[in-house]
Order: sequence, then C-alpha cells, then structure tokens
Amino acid sequence: MLRLDCLRSVYSELENCLVVTIMGAVAAELHSLGHRSNFFYLQHAMGLASSTGLGLALCLPERTVIVFDGDGSLLMNLGSLSTMARYRPRNLVHVVFDNESLLSVGGFPTATSTGTDLEGIARAAGIPRAVSVRCVENFKTALTDAVHGSELTTIIAKVEATGPSGYITDLSLLENRFQFRRHIQSLRKS
Amino acid sequence: MPVSLTNSKLIHETLKECDIRLVSALPETWLVHLIRLTDEDPDMTLVRLAKEEEAVGISAGAHFAGVKSAMLMQNHGFLASINGIVSFAHLYKIPLLMLISYRGTFGERDPWQTQGGNVTEPLLRALGIPYFVLDQVETVKKRIRQAQTLAESSLQPVAVLLTRDLMWEE
Repeated sequence: MLRLDCLRSVYSELENCLVVTIMGAVAAELHSLGHRSNFFYLQHAMGLASSTGLGLALCLPERTVIVFDGDGSLLMNLGSLSTMARYRPRNLVHVVFDNESLLSVGGFPTATSTGTDLEGIARAAGIPRAVSVRCVENFKTALTDAVHGSELTTIIAKVEATGPSGYITDLSLLENRFQFRRHIQSLRKS
Repeated sequence: MPVSLTNSKLIHETLKECDIRLVSALPETWLVHLIRLTDEDPDMTLVRLAKEEEAVGISAGAHFAGVKSAMLMQNHGFLASINGIVSFAHLYKIPLLMLISYRGTFGERDPWQTQGGNVTEPLLRALGIPYFVLDQVETVKKRIRQAQTLAESSLQPVAVLLTRDLMWEE
C-alpha cells in the first residue's frame, strides 16, 4: 500500500476537516494532491503533530481534526497517545502511516520494523478505537468511519517505505501557518 | 505543604484575567495549588501531560483555534521542551506563555534540582526567549499580563520564572 494512494482515496473527505501532517513524505504528498487552506504541515518538531491535533480538537469540539502522523514521529512522543487517550476528544482522528522507516533521512528502520506494534500501544494507552489497515480500500473505510464516528480513533496504515523525490514545496512555512489560522477564524465567523 | 496558596490563587486569577482558557501542565511541588485551581475552574481546560514538550503542540493548536493558552511546568520541563520550542514555536512564530517554576537556585534543598537551576537563565538567553524572574508578589499581575501581551504581539515564546520567594512559604 502506498501512502500517496491512501491520501488520494480520502482527499475529498478532508475538505471539511482540519488536517495536521508531520514533515517529510506525508506533507509533500498531501501538498502534491492540491494544497488547501485547512491543511497545516508541521515541517519539523517531530512528535508534536498529534499534540497539535489534540489542542485543536479540544478547542474546536465542533470540528473534525485529522492528524497524519508517522511511525518515526509517534515513536518520539509515545506519551502523546496517553494524553490523547486521557481526554479522548471525539472529533480527533489520528492516522499513523507506518512505513517502518525514517524515510526522509535515508530509510533507517524504526522499531516497528522489529516488532513494535503501534496499534497495540495505542490500545493499551487507552485510545478507544485502534485499527490497522493494509489496503487502500480498508484505509478509506477506516478513515471515513472515524470521521463520521464519535470516538477518538488511531488508524495504523502499513505503507511501503517509498516517497516523493523531494520534500520542499513552494509553500513557505509561515504562509502555511498564517493561512491555516485565518481559515479557522473564517470558520468561526461563518 | 508550604506551597503558597495565596500566591497560587493570585497567579490563577491573573491567568483568568488574561482570558487563558487552556492550560497544559505537568505537576511539580510548587505548582500543585495552581494545577488544582485550574482543574476546578469551569472556564479553563486543564491538559495533564506525559511530557512537557507536548504542551508546545497543544498550545500551537489552541493558538490556531483562537484560544489563549498557558503552559505550567518546572524548569526541567522547559529543558525537555526545547526542541519543540525551537522547531515549532520559533520556526512557525507561535506565541507561548510559559510559567516555569524556577527550581535549583538560592535556597534549594533538593540536590537533584540544582543543575537545572544553573542552566535555566543561560538557556533562555541562548534561545532568545524574553523572560522575567518573578519574585515580588506586588508585580505578579502586571508581569504575567505583560508577558502574555508580548507573546501575542511578537508571536514567540515568553517565559515567567516563578521563584521560591513567590511560591514557597518558609
């Protein structure tokens, strides 16, 4: 399963959500499908995408927040699973693209390549719903169910360790950040 | 426990006046009253963390959502948050109001706090984070308000160091 195909399969579903991605391939691939003002790409600070999603979800309970995380990032901030589980916002969907690799720095294997089970960790941390998917069809179903459901969900999507040739997009970090906040402000007014 | 309840109440009251709606915290002795007051406050959401760096992401999310937030942590928690501060708050110009208990300085009895005390201010300076050492009860309201104003106008982290003189009653 390719991450890009997963993202493409749910792209239309993202329109009315607030989306936070981690750095690297996830950000570049989502951007390549077409940037929208409701997408925020956290291009550094590995591990904090899920915390950002939690902050958004707690402050905007009427909005669905989707985090596109990765195995390397989540392993840097496993405590985030326990914090998310503690407050379990019903409007938060936590997707982890697990390619068992730190791809953007040269493909070093992460601990999920030697058996660490992120679905098991998420469940044991108290995330109400944790599922693993291995094909695009199941990914799409899992994400759609989570978006329309009412339970904090972590979806572990097992994907291949391949990505785009480059990671830099023409969207500057600050432009993205200000646009994202302005987008949320416009939602509050409407 | 000789943690100052009076001054904890004063800080909490000031945060309310600053319209702080979300506080993320990791407990430490000097902050116990402040965390409890936040937890009991129906106008505030308290997020209890596993590690302080999470608070950078949570506050960024709150800022995007238009909600004012604060971080409560010990200075060792600040040390544990530095990558998040640099590669999120500084990189993306995120305002952070950091209330940091300043352990390990004059009067500290716990040996394990002392190294962190030595490096807190040099690190704040190295990171270019404006900070104020809060040790006078008379200036609590003004300085916390000013710190928040600066964080919001400059879109950067600003720290208030809560000292023994303020938080502890001998």
